[in-house]
Amino acid sequence: MIEFRNVTKRFPDGTVAVDSFDLVIPSRRTTVFVGSSGCGKTTLLRMINRMVEPTSGTVEIDGEDVAAKQGVALRRSIGYVMQNGGLMPHFTVAENIATVPRLNGRTRRAARARALELMDVVGLDTAMADRYPSQLSGGQQQRVGVARGLAADPNILLMDEPFGAVDPIVRAELQRELIRLQRDLDKTVVFVTHDVDEAFLLGDQVAILAEGARRLQVGSPSEITENPADDFVAAFIGADRGKRALRVKQTPRGRVLVDAEGRTQGVLVEGEG
Amino acid sequence: MDWVSENLDLIGSLTLEHLRQSVIAIAAGFALSLPLGWVAWRYRLLRGWVITVTGLLYTIPSLALLMILPVVAGYPATSETNLVIALTIYAIAIMVRAVTDGLDSVDPAVRRSATAVGYGAARRFWAVDLPLAGPVILAGLRVTAVSTISLATVGILVGVTNLGYLFTNGLQRRIVPEVLAGIVAVAVIALLIDLALMAAGRTLMPWARGAAPARRSAAEAAS
Ligand SMILES: Nc1ncnc2c1ncn2[C@@H]1O[C@H](COP(=O)(O)OP(=O)(O)O)[C@@H](O)[C@H]1O
Ligand SMILES: [Mg+2]
Repeated sequence: MIEFRNVTKRFPDGTVAVDSFDLVIPSRRTTVFVGSSGCGKTTLLRMINRMVEPTSGTVEIDGEDVAAKQGVALRRSIGYVMQNGGLMPHFTVAENIATVPRLNGRTRRAARARALELMDVVGLDTAMADRYPSQLSGGQQQRVGVARGLAADPNILLMDEPFGAVDPIVRAELQRELIRLQRDLDKTVVFVTHDVDEAFLLGDQVAILAEGARRLQVGSPSEITENPADDFVAAFIGADRGKRALRVKQTPRGRVLVDAEGRTQGVLVEGEG
Repeated sequence: MDWVSENLDLIGSLTLEHLRQSVIAIAAGFALSLPLGWVAWRYRLLRGWVITVTGLLYTIPSLALLMILPVVAGYPATSETNLVIALTIYAIAIMVRAVTDGLDSVDPAVRRSATAVGYGAARRFWAVDLPLAGPVILAGLRVTAVSTISLATVGILVGVTNLGYLFTNGLQRRIVPEVLAGIVAVAVIALLIDLALMAAGRTLMPWARGAAPARRSAAEAAS
């Protein structure tokens, strides 16, 4: 469990990126921070692994204040995946994935074996092990980034808009893979995105944030869709349009659900799902 | 060209002398420029000073430096040390700037990413910052090497023997082939050192080969 307690971050230039933020992030679930650019999502994430120190308040992991931990050791124990993979351009794919095991003192051979194993896990052909990141597609680089984040088998995985820079088809594929991975691996995932659809697809808990990391609403995708906190949230999640605004249409064979574009999205069945 | 064939031994030994003096100065200049360049890069306040002062060193006339240094440091002007130290100073003048520019050229996102996965500051410098600064530093080193090898000939004017001897001796005795032999020998070792540095760069930085454009096929891009 990760807990933010009254956390504020004011940068030296006076920007208040996070203002009195409170949140409990449950273990072994995916929590998504969603909000427009500049609302403080990255800053929140970086306060979990101490890349950014809160100006006031505390961040706790399983009841322990992260400020009491050694920063470098803490970061090695938490997976971090960022946009564009954040890969080392001078390391091969295998070396990139093996980074944290190597930092933790594993032998080159053991770290490489682990890297090859993880390439399988994230669906990368191990024939690519000795290529450099510049020789991979954007989607492949992202997979390498995810593999690197998982290499030390951390309990916590922080993902900062990891699929933001790839095209929609590849993004959909990576999202499906992440859902599959999460089912198998059971990590505490904290995922940042500005895409509501992505947030609702991946999140068990979704926190909709405004400037200064102000909480507009926190809940499961169902809770938020069924009961948006206010008109702003309703508009933000698109509850009144597109594929989330469904209406019932009677057909000779029963009732179906139709979206705002008039496309039939599904059949209405009675009883509990 | 008779002179050349009769004096191959002399040319050979002068070339070796020349090479030794130059290589020591290049290596020392490189080694000293790393910490200086790092300091200039790391501490913004010092940066202007370090870059300006080291850059100004290059404007000191070489002959003047070769005559002042012995007075200041108390070794004979004719000693090889005198020449090597003067060449090292000029090497630093070029290299510090190259090291600073190299460290500047490292993508801040990559640096942050290294921190995020758990590199400590020192380890990150050696494993990430320095290697990624490598191509720019190497470019500076190649300029330094060629300029040092060419500049070293001035040593003969204060009595330090190297390929410069072929110039002064050839001029005094009006042996044109001797002067030409000196020019060719200097050019050849400059070229060889440059090739060696390029080869070292390719071996140490295989990732920088054909640097920028990502090789991707349509099939790969879709996976
Ligand atoms: N190192 C920094 N110094 C000053 N301001 C910063 C720094 N990092 C982020 N900010 C500011 O803090 C706010 C939140 O940034 P960030 O957490 O990156 O937002 P997001 O990830 O949601 O786009 C923005 O206004 C941004 O400009
Ligand atoms: Mg961000």
